[in-house]
Amino acid sequence: MIDVMHQENNKKIISFLLSLFFVFSILFFTSAAQSQQPDDVSFNEVASQLAGAKLKQVAAVVDQLTQFDDEQLLPLLKAMLEGKLYYEKKSKRLVFAEILEDKTINVDGVFDENSIENVKKNTLRKVKTNNRLRSSIRRSVAQITLFSGGIAVRKKAIKSMFDDLSKENVTLLNKLKETEKNKKVINLINTAIAIADLKSSDVSLRVQALKKLEGNLEPVVRNEVTKLLEKDSDGNYKEDALVVSTASKVLQSIEENVKFYGYLETLFFGLSLGSVLLLIAAGLAITFGVMGVINMAHGEMIMLGAYTTYVIQLLLPNNLALSILLAIPAAFIVSASVGILIERGVIQFLKGRPLETLLATFGISLILQQCVRSIFSPLNRQVASPEFMSGALEINPIFSITYNRLYILIFALVVFFLLQLILRKTSLGLNVRAVSQNRDMAKCMGIRTEWVDAMTFGLGSGIAGLAGVALSQITNVGPNLGQAYIIDSFMVVVFGGVGNLWGMLVGGFSLGVLNKFLEPQTGAVLANIIILVGIILFIQKRPRGLFPQKGRAAE
Amino acid sequence: MKKLVAACALSLMASVTMAADTIKVGVLHSLSGTMAISETTLKDTVLMMIEDQNAKGGLLGKKLEPVVVDPASNWPLFAEKARELLVKEKVDVIFGAWTSVSRKSVLPVIEELNGLMFYPVQYEGEESSKNIFYTGAAPNQQAIPAVDYLADELEVKRWVLAGTDYVYPRTTNKILEAYLKSKGVASEDIMINYTPFGHSDWQGIVSSIKKFGGAGKKTAVVSTINGDANVPFYKELGNQGVSAEDIPVVAFSVGEEELSGFDTKPLVGHLAAWNYFQSAESDANDEFIEKWKAFIKNDDRVTNDPMEATYIGFKAWTKAVEKAGSTEVDKVRPAMYGIKVPNLTGGVAEVLPNHHFTKPVLIGEIQADGQFEVVSSTEEVAGDAWTDHLTESAKIISDWKDPAVNCGNYNTETKKCSGQNF
Repeated sequence: MIDVMHQENNKKIISFLLSLFFVFSILFFTSAAQSQQPDDVSFNEVASQLAGAKLKQVAAVVDQLTQFDDEQLLPLLKAMLEGKLYYEKKSKRLVFAEILEDKTINVDGVFDENSIENVKKNTLRKVKTNNRLRSSIRRSVAQITLFSGGIAVRKKAIKSMFDDLSKENVTLLNKLKETEKNKKVINLINTAIAIADLKSSDVSLRVQALKKLEGNLEPVVRNEVTKLLEKDSDGNYKEDALVVSTASKVLQSIEENVKFYGYLETLFFGLSLGSVLLLIAAGLAITFGVMGVINMAHGEMIMLGAYTTYVIQLLLPNNLALSILLAIPAAFIVSASVGILIERGVIQFLKGRPLETLLATFGISLILQQCVRSIFSPLNRQVASPEFMSGALEINPIFSITYNRLYILIFALVVFFLLQLILRKTSLGLNVRAVSQNRDMAKCMGIRTEWVDAMTFGLGSGIAGLAGVALSQITNVGPNLGQAYIIDSFMVVVFGGVGNLWGMLVGGFSLGVLNKFLEPQTGAVLANIIILVGIILFIQKRPRGLFPQKGRAAE
Repeated sequence: MKKLVAACALSLMASVTMAADTIKVGVLHSLSGTMAISETTLKDTVLMMIEDQNAKGGLLGKKLEPVVVDPASNWPLFAEKARELLVKEKVDVIFGAWTSVSRKSVLPVIEELNGLMFYPVQYEGEESSKNIFYTGAAPNQQAIPAVDYLADELEVKRWVLAGTDYVYPRTTNKILEAYLKSKGVASEDIMINYTPFGHSDWQGIVSSIKKFGGAGKKTAVVSTINGDANVPFYKELGNQGVSAEDIPVVAFSVGEEELSGFDTKPLVGHLAAWNYFQSAESDANDEFIEKWKAFIKNDDRVTNDPMEATYIGFKAWTKAVEKAGSTEVDKVRPAMYGIKVPNLTGGVAEVLPNHHFTKPVLIGEIQADGQFEVVSSTEEVAGDAWTDHLTESAKIISDWKDPAVNCGNYNTETKKCSGQNF
């Protein structure tokens, strides 16, 4: 009896051991298969193959590396993304290298802490990457950092999974969803899961997923839903009728949203172009509109403002935001003083002779351009954008507003209203208006008209300088900067009504919006032509612009 | 004005110091105006090559003497200056021109006076003059291989062809469109867009590219956008969050020289296709770069593709002169065909009877330091004057060597030269 029990026990133990062995072996093999991590190959050894590898080999090595669960993996991949992974030509040792501003190179070993001093650049070679490799590395990094990164990182990681919603990724997302607190991230996860469900074999699950996606603006959603509406060669839908009807409803709701935001986007583009027009025309509205001086050097005042921004940035290379803020008053002062010089030196002697003024200021514009060419070289200078002006404010996946344009729009409006304030509420403004309306009478009243002229011209030029600061953020800073904008600024002032600031505001914005609504239909070249022709016809009908000045002042 | 006086003085001096037995080399590059930025570099390259050749003892026992004129980015002036070089200065060869329109302006003059010109810039093809050698890339040596790279390596399915509105982008895009369609790309997967020179407001265009690329297929932009309009374009791409990994842009007019005026951070990862990059690894290239930096006395100056084309053209010409034993155009021209000179990327450039060269095609990714990293390079490709991808040019060939053809526009169907001068 005891024997039998003993035997039974033995059998149990053996079978238990066997099954245990079996489970272990499976575990071992699967893990081995998953990680391809034979004992004799270490992470370091695989990684060392990166040195001197051709692009295709690099991709294979990276593939192998991502199978490892090594804490060195993440810094290694990140260094590759940033292009900081090098190897020494001779020893083929992998190093992190960073070329600093002063052209010295900071080198750290990848597998050891030894940093090396006095390295010459030509002893190092970069580990090659290309776009395709980088995007696959980025995906791997996303998966690794899915649970550790900040909100932006998590959002990016989820979005990078949209194209590859495999079962593992969906379970990963479900896991994240349990712990996730941020609403936007949860929404994104739900979208991803719904997209994955669109491919399930269960019709009701597909319909449910579709309903969840109603009005969703992620481009991938639209593409996936469109795919459900594909027809086969006989013209029949491939999908179940219920799915098709829901899908077409969902697609319609998406399309409506897309259209709406498309209009909104074009409107913003138009306003943003309008704000640039407003800025470049505001100074001219003073010198040409109020004083009546045809100032062909107006564009060069803008250029001077842009170059002032460049110089200030040279002086403060480490504080971009501050340099832009400082550039605003500096550009105003520089352009205004040059403006006053021009007025005192040339224009005051040509009063009442518009043709001579035009030619003289044109000559001045050429002189200023050549000065800038001689001082700064004919090459364009780069003005970097500060952090707060790069990137975009994402309102939804298809509608975002770029920060630089947004700030310029705000800046233009602020400048405009300040200008109004100066003209309406200060004694300078009162004098300016008085002189522009009736010079002789103003003189009789004891206003020093010469001084007022100089100040007015300085004010107009200074505002042109402000426009230069704004333009330095969106276009090239070069000697020809002003020429590119002089025609546009005259166009806005003439269209809005000479001497009328509000006319200029309306004129600038309406020209901008009109241009941007025409552009998609006609292309950029034709849109410009249409607008110019339109303005010519308009001026024929209303020679004094949109809002002509009335009363005796207009004579 | 000052420059004009200087140029006049220079040419005057040149004619005063003219010795009886020098070989005169005309340099026809703009030294002022909008193209000065690019063309001045090429003038310096020719001067460097001449200095180098003279240091080696000149050519046929004579010294080379440069004659520099300034056509001032003014297209009709190119024709006048070319005439001046050929009639007044009696130069033996001209190195010059950059834009296609300036070449077209020189063309009738140089044919009338039977001169010899080397044109060093990538261009739209559809031309083969008896008197011009095209040392830059024809479309099949730049545009087509770049598109192949995108299609094969990056699996691009949707294409944006964006360009500045003038002859080179328009012709190139026409060829590319025909090529893509022949490869089975549907017309709704091709978007073509033109913008004026110096365009700065890219918001709408970038946004439409973004929308076009959001259709679920891999999208790329093939850019023939010229000059400084590229800066706001790439900046807008960066601001709207379009990275090189989402929508790569491959450019045909952005090289090291252009990048040295850019803030390259928003451009990293975007592509360019050329036949030469400064980063190409070869001993000849290292030597060339060193020589260039020493000649121009500035360590920050870069080298670029048109400079290499100038280098190849100059070397080929000197070899042909040595072979012909004369600088007479009618003797040098036949001697050119078949001449092989090493290029700067480690290969060999051969002069073809259609006045084009064999060139390797390199694709590079823009790096943060303004250099390119080569991600793909081909064997040498023979330059094709008349593209095979437009039906009307496919049947036209150019061959100045074969006596049965002996023209630049031989129609293989009618067996006749089509009668144009080029």
